[in-house]
Amino acid sequence: MAATTFREAFRAGLREALAADERVFLMGEDVGRYGGCFAVSQGLLEEFGERRVRDTPLSESAFVGAGIGAALGGARPVVEIMTVNFSLLALDQILNNAATLRHMSGGQLAVPLVVRIPTGPGRQLAAQHSHTLEGLYAHIPGLRVLTPATLADARGMLAPALADPDPVLIFEQIALYGASGELPDDAGPVDITGAAVRRPGTDVTLVAYGGSLAPALAAAEQLAADGVSAEVVDLRVLRPLDEQAVLASVTRTHRLVVVDNAWRSGSPSAEIAARVAEHALYELDAPVERVCGVEVPLPYPHHLEEAALPGVADVVAAARRAVG
Amino acid sequence: MTAGPDGKDALELHVAMTRIRRFEERCVELYSAGDIRGFMHLCIGEEAVAVGVTAALTPDDAVVSTYREHGHALARGIPMAALLAEMFGRATGCSGGRGGSMHLFDAARRFYGGNAIVAGGIPLAVGLALADSYAARPQVTACLFGDGAFAEGELHESLNLAALWGLPMVFCCENNRYAMGTALARSHAQTDLALRAASYGVRSWSVDGMDARAVRDAARLAVDTARAGGGPCFLELRTYRFRAHSMYDADRYRERAEIEGWRDHDPLGVLVAQLDPDDVAAAEADVADEIDRAVEAARAAPYEPVADLTRHVLAER
Ligand SMILES: Cc1ncc(C[n+]2csc(CCOP(=O)(O)OP(=O)(O)O)c2C)c(N)n1
Ligand SMILES: [Mg+2]
Repeated sequence: MAATTFREAFRAGLREALAADERVFLMGEDVGRYGGCFAVSQGLLEEFGERRVRDTPLSESAFVGAGIGAALGGARPVVEIMTVNFSLLALDQILNNAATLRHMSGGQLAVPLVVRIPTGPGRQLAAQHSHTLEGLYAHIPGLRVLTPATLADARGMLAPALADPDPVLIFEQIALYGASGELPDDAGPVDITGAAVRRPGTDVTLVAYGGSLAPALAAAEQLAADGVSAEVVDLRVLRPLDEQAVLASVTRTHRLVVVDNAWRSGSPSAEIAARVAEHALYELDAPVERVCGVEVPLPYPHHLEEAALPGVADVVAAARRAVG
Repeated sequence: MTAGPDGKDALELHVAMTRIRRFEERCVELYSAGDIRGFMHLCIGEEAVAVGVTAALTPDDAVVSTYREHGHALARGIPMAALLAEMFGRATGCSGGRGGSMHLFDAARRFYGGNAIVAGGIPLAVGLALADSYAARPQVTACLFGDGAFAEGELHESLNLAALWGLPMVFCCENNRYAMGTALARSHAQTDLALRAASYGVRSWSVDGMDARAVRDAARLAVDTARAGGGPCFLELRTYRFRAHSMYDADRYRERAEIEGWRDHDPLGVLVAQLDPDDVAAAEADVADEIDRAVEAARAAPYEPVADLTRHVLAER
């Protein structure tokens, strides 16, 4: 075991991918000379050179599109978009090309592209730098959408994503980059198809992903102190969604709280609630609870940003309502 | 006393730039103390652009800016206290505290932000100019953006549209030679920005952006041309930021010698030699006083209550 940060874990995955396969290259804004906006790719330019670690101009649509084309052409590009709000400038390429080329071509073409997108709130960066838009991408058939929220996933999701024959988006929580913990020395590739139970429990299921996993786990800890046993399910993969994992947990606990930093309407939390209503309604002993981002562009001041996001106390309160 | 019309002119520009410089220097202290948070981008070194461009505008003209807009906002006349309160996240801020340093707005002064998506404000500026042209109002929109915006499609689409429709706007590119850590030549195959703008049929000039008078004179020519129905104009304002990209940037991608070389062209130094030292000292004292009062006011200002969190999403009825 070694102490590591999420930043280092993501970097270790990148370094390994670059070393393992000549076809892999990294490109994006300031990934090279600057060392990455969040220092994830620091040192990789020095180690692998300009051919493998490529600084791009500020042109999200062009370099994501070029990543799609390079993937069509046999390369294995890893494209970094600096943050999720900027990914919207490339949404056209992601939705109209990456996600559809296989289908439109009747299965002739494949886009084995990986796009890394830092995301999430919490640093008072206001309404153009803080949003949780993973759910927007989870709406799109043809993509795989990953939300690593543990060190093992940060380290191990890139390799299987690169091995995937289809486009994969990896959403990295900006607020977690500096967080540290222990990672086994032999940590390597992980599954990218299913959810994971992060904490077993019997009384209530807390479903979370990405930036909402930490408050869900903290809430479970508090609930345990009061004798409520919460099971925490980390979705890990927003598309294709591992519905069975959620249904199985709800079948054990009979109560569901979904925790989601995204805006409530049309969010992944809505999808989870709908799936449970479709397939496990009669397992429920209480209405589904959702703890979501308040429907407002994120404001700058600390107190308002905090109030706009799911907090541990909100999750605990929702779980208590569910347990009754 | 600084004498003559030229002297008075130089003094005015110098005082305006001094306000911006000292304000931002204080912002650095306030950021370190945790009073200002989030991302903060300073324009120290680039003050001549802010002062020169805004000096060419009338109060009815419009300004669209970027996240590096403290100088533009001050020069446009947004009170310092309202700017600082905004950066403190207080309800009395020029955006009600909702925006912070990157999102300064003032509708009354036709200051349309404060946009933190690179090139994201440029199409808005085209639209503001379209509205003026549509209503046959004799107003001009000045759009400020960085060299980095030249890589984005939105700038090129906007140049074309504005030229095609002959809209009354001035594209003002603050070419400080870097987009974050990426030097101009590392991201642009053609680094002559005025040449590129001209290729859309937009009248274009390259200007010494460290010289407030040169910027102001060029901006007047461009604004007058646009106002007179001559269509959009483009100014490449060659400047340099003395500080890092933002408060998070370790600034590892430039040589110290390069920064020091540009300090020899400090826009404040360019004019100060022509001024009476007593006038300069008096201006410094006034500015220091104004900043102290703005800090005090920002500190005393209230926060918006949490109960108001969901205000300003749609019109209130
Ligand atoms: C669409 C988009 N992509 C990336 C960013 C991140 N970013 C913020 S400022 C910046 C550099 C912009 O440089 P430039 O336009 O030259 O303006 P300067 O900061 O030099 O004033 C970058 C890459 C962003 N804000 N928006
Ligand atoms: Mg620049």
